[in-house]
Amino acid sequence: MSGLMVLAENVHKSFGRVEVLKGIDLEVRRGEVCCLLGPSGSGKSTFLRCINHLEKVDAGRLSVDGKLVGYRQQGDKLYELKERETAQARSEIGMVFQRFNLFPHMTALGNVVEAPIRVKGESKSAAADRARALLDRVGLADKVDAYPAQLSGGQQQRVAIARALAMQPKLMLFDEPTSALDPELVGDVLDVMRGLAEDGMTMVVVTHEMGFAREVGDTVVFMDGGVVVEQGDPKSVINNPQEERTKAFLGKVL
Amino acid sequence: MSAGAPERLVAVPVRHYGRWVSAVAVLAGLAAVVYAFSQAEIDYGTTGEFFTADNIVRGAGRTLLISVLAQAIGIALGVVFAVMRLSKNPVTSTVSWCYIWLFRGTPVLVQLLIWYNLALVFPTMFGHPTSDLMTPFVAALLGLGINEGAYMAEIVRAGIASVDEGQTEASQALGMTQGQTLRRVVLPQAMRVIIPPTGNEFINMLKTSSLAYTIQYGELLLSAVSVYTRNLQVIELLFTVSLWYLVLTSVFSIGQYYLERRFARGALRDLPATPLSRVLANLRGGPRI
Repeated sequence: MSGLMVLAENVHKSFGRVEVLKGIDLEVRRGEVCCLLGPSGSGKSTFLRCINHLEKVDAGRLSVDGKLVGYRQQGDKLYELKERETAQARSEIGMVFQRFNLFPHMTALGNVVEAPIRVKGESKSAAADRARALLDRVGLADKVDAYPAQLSGGQQQRVAIARALAMQPKLMLFDEPTSALDPELVGDVLDVMRGLAEDGMTMVVVTHEMGFAREVGDTVVFMDGGVVVEQGDPKSVINNPQEERTKAFLGKVL
Repeated sequence: MSAGAPERLVAVPVRHYGRWVSAVAVLAGLAAVVYAFSQAEIDYGTTGEFFTADNIVRGAGRTLLISVLAQAIGIALGVVFAVMRLSKNPVTSTVSWCYIWLFRGTPVLVQLLIWYNLALVFPTMFGHPTSDLMTPFVAALLGLGINEGAYMAEIVRAGIASVDEGQTEASQALGMTQGQTLRRVVLPQAMRVIIPPTGNEFINMLKTSSLAYTIQYGELLLSAVSVYTRNLQVIELLFTVSLWYLVLTSVFSIGQYYLERRFARGALRDLPATPLSRVLANLRGGPRI
């Protein structure tokens, strides 16, 4: 069993004529928390979305746990997989979105049990038992029957985390999970993420929370203009950046 | 405080004398119409009498039957063609576009006549004489249903387009297939946008089904026509028919209200009280809602 959970090699991605990712190389080890930092438009969210094939890469290779996501390699070409096979690969990767994207027509419990029942074929009672335990873990045991519109942003994001965890993923992707939250609600969500990291979950987190990156991150990666500018240990990158662009960015946000 | 300031100033709203004038004018006009119809040579007794006559009730039943079935066909076709229209495959989306263009661009009465007269160009179908297969009922069902499908396709397409892209992404990120995403995530949310215009479509369908009278389908209007060609009480029978249409459309308007409420789940923090629950709450003497 290799120690690498995510391996990105020379990943390129363009939207129309704009090249958003200009050859990203990145390694995330099993059990590691990797925080992606950088100004908006630097390509960090796009890269995160490439990891579970929500965006298709134009060139380069991305694998999760030793398997390519969304493609199979034959010779020097990558062939896109059928939808069902991609869905299977995605079911092992949890994702949490900036704007929660909870299903508004389902209760908190309904949101969490949906994929285990439909994708994994779990029984309704087994899925509901696990969902209750997960909602309890994110501190929402009393909100099981609430609809998303009846929950605060922070509560919605914690349901979204529980929903992703219900698929028992081996990797969790977070796309600016606290950016849409009121400041006083950020802490609850970060606490849940901190707990996950302590339990050994492998996480890739796009974030602007420097405090979180410094405390919880095992590595931080600073991206700008579609390339990785600097990466390494959080304390050294954030406290003592080497590159000018990193210094300029941190000077603005810290 | 100055010496002349009163304890309490009373605000006098502006008087709208024009409103009194227009109200009187409208009531006078209304009275004139009512008076004219009360003096007209109409036997209102006949109108009421035929309301419950066997063949009229049977006609109303057929109107309801053909409307429900044709609307069901329309909804099924609408979902299929809306999904085709949104498909990335250029052939399916073009075919869907053409279907909508053709059936929305021609009058439904013409379409009904074409279906009914199909035997003229296809004397046999599936080894049977077309005139045996294409009964007035089948022709009306196909004509109304397929025409409705074109309108429903546009309504369903608008509904699907109204669902946030993030919903599809979240569903796919969980490993759900496109089909599961459509059925479990997108369509239930699109329903909130789809239902109100669909209710309108159905109420239109109840009335449009009267066109099937031209191809000899024994719905409400044809039942009335067959009576008044015998007793010559034309307006009386047409009033009976109008009353029946009003009853049918009123009943379904109420049904639509409750259906919309059901699909508003999750969109509102609290569902508004229904008129019935409001009455019950007031009878129990609880707080007014």
